[in-house]
Amino acid sequence: MAIRLYVPADTAAVAVGADDVARALAAEARQAGVEILIVRNGSRGAFELETLVEVETALGRIGYGPVYAEDVPGLVAAGLFEGGAHPKRVGRPEDLPFFACQTRLTFVRCGIINPQSLDAYLAHGGGEGLATARALGPAGVIEAVTRSGLRGRGGAGFPSGIKWRTVADAPGPRKYVVCNADEGDSGTFADRLLMEGDPFLMIEGMIIAGLAVGAAKGFIYIRSEYPLAITAMERAIETARAAGWLAADSDPAFDIEVRVGAGAYVCGEETALLESLEGRRGQVRAKPPLPAHKGLFGQPTVINNCLSLAAVPHILAGGAHLYASHGHGRSHGTMPIQLAGDIRNGGLVEVPFGISLGELVDGIGGGTLSGRPVRAVQVGGPLGAFFPRRLFDTPFDYEAFAARGGLIGHGGVVVFSEGIDMAAQARFAMEFCAIESCGKCTPCRIGAVRGVEVIDKIRAGQAREANIAVLTDLCETMKFGSLCALGGFTPYPVMSALTHFPEDFGALAPAPELAGQEA
Amino acid sequence: MTQSAIWSPERTVEIIAAHAHREGPLLPILHDIQGAFGHVPHDAVSIIAGALNLSRAEVHGVISFYHDFHAAPAEGRVIKLCRAEACQARGVEALAAAVEGRIALEPVYCLGLCASGPAAMIDGRLVARLTAERLIQLAEA
Repeated sequence: MAIRLYVPADTAAVAVGADDVARALAAEARQAGVEILIVRNGSRGAFELETLVEVETALGRIGYGPVYAEDVPGLVAAGLFEGGAHPKRVGRPEDLPFFACQTRLTFVRCGIINPQSLDAYLAHGGGEGLATARALGPAGVIEAVTRSGLRGRGGAGFPSGIKWRTVADAPGPRKYVVCNADEGDSGTFADRLLMEGDPFLMIEGMIIAGLAVGAAKGFIYIRSEYPLAITAMERAIETARAAGWLAADSDPAFDIEVRVGAGAYVCGEETALLESLEGRRGQVRAKPPLPAHKGLFGQPTVINNCLSLAAVPHILAGGAHLYASHGHGRSHGTMPIQLAGDIRNGGLVEVPFGISLGELVDGIGGGTLSGRPVRAVQVGGPLGAFFPRRLFDTPFDYEAFAARGGLIGHGGVVVFSEGIDMAAQARFAMEFCAIESCGKCTPCRIGAVRGVEVIDKIRAGQAREANIAVLTDLCETMKFGSLCALGGFTPYPVMSALTHFPEDFGALAPAPELAGQEA
Repeated sequence: MTQSAIWSPERTVEIIAAHAHREGPLLPILHDIQGAFGHVPHDAVSIIAGALNLSRAEVHGVISFYHDFHAAPAEGRVIKLCRAEACQARGVEALAAAVEGRIALEPVYCLGLCASGPAAMIDGRLVARLTAERLIQLAEA
């Protein structure tokens, strides 16, 4: 019987040479006269181990990583095909502390199966959510999603069940499901891993959403920076269509179209995304009307993040109560958190809400890759706040982060070590907002440009106190006056950098909130 | 990457026809034109506008809004280096400084390789764990 090997085809592996590794393994096996079968799985999500090659043995799947093509002859000589000893042997991946501490509900199949095999998907529990949804009917599905406590994983944390009920109740000749896969936040890649590693889960989640709200058409809007995810979703949709999952006469009648973004960060904002889908500039719409009432082409539209839709099949198959039993406070279920930046064990960590920032960074993440001490952690993407080490006890939960002047966003955690200039990071936040602003509202369009200028003056030591007051005031205006989160949340990184790291802005002593007392 | 074709109105009309049945067809059309010709030529704009019953200004507005669409073809390899926070934390600015003058870089904000940076997209292909040597090698390959 052929020896079964796993070599991820995920971007995280391919970008560090996984295709070359697969070719080298095939060549070595041919030379050794060993019959092998290489399965191109998704990534399990431990980025430092990519390319993680696994071999199926009597003891389970034995991993080796990180493997480069030039390592392959040595690995094969050391007995890789039988799970033999080698410095790069990591044992069974699921036993590694990085994976052992996780609770994988959404990512349960990611990195395990061949993501393009519908049979493998079904054999590993796929499809059970849809079967349950058919039995429950639309009202039952919405009820279950509501009871599960699922909140929008894109960042806003809005209860998904309420959104679905609103769309279901909205009158309209046709309705749409839109999956927001425009994952533009730096430090996030969970949507990408899932689309490449378990695309049928995305399809199943979208079909269930369509059944729940009475929509027959779904769009998945994927950013153009994710070429392999686009291909993976297109292939899986073709397969699902051939299998009768997606058709005008399927049960429920539903079809999905992949749409590709064009490099605009703001299109991750739901109304800008809808404009983009309609073929216009990705400019934010004023709300109301909500997309649930007047969304795509003016019709009632469910627009959810990938991770929200992907959580639904498990909620239905495993039970809403079970899902709700995970978590902390008002944040129920699990959150796929992404550890990124200067971190030893970076990657995808799916855990119940409530884990502390310190456990994530120092515990699971293993501290910095560079070995320098952690200086700041930015949580929630480019619009998220910077947290210093003294706030590492903050539990990962929507409300707990809000209470500390931050947000969890899409679950990205970017670690910066000593040496980072936080005033430069604050400037970058404003600069990024200026580059990516859609231009519709003044606080964002003009405010971000002025923000860069004011930070430059502060860094140059020019009327420092007065300019800090201007910056603080500008941030207030952007926060409360912007149409969407781009302008509205850019103050988070800026003000948190200023508050927690005043020394980088030229302060000789205390934090800026004490500046008045000084004078 | 495949060599871009010389712009032709016939091919443009074909591309438009292939997407005409779609809801909101403008972005898919622009993507295919950019893919086929390496840019969205000025002369294509009026053909698209006519076919979709839009003004040329509206089509131009869309092309100029999105970073992916270009009015002129690129020269040489297109190297998009991620300059976003996670890659900054992994030293991308030092990398960019080291190759300055040798390689023309375009910025991109996040390729989803945030625990393997610095990362880049070279003619559509993703690469990570970049060093200055490797980037130069890939750029000049």
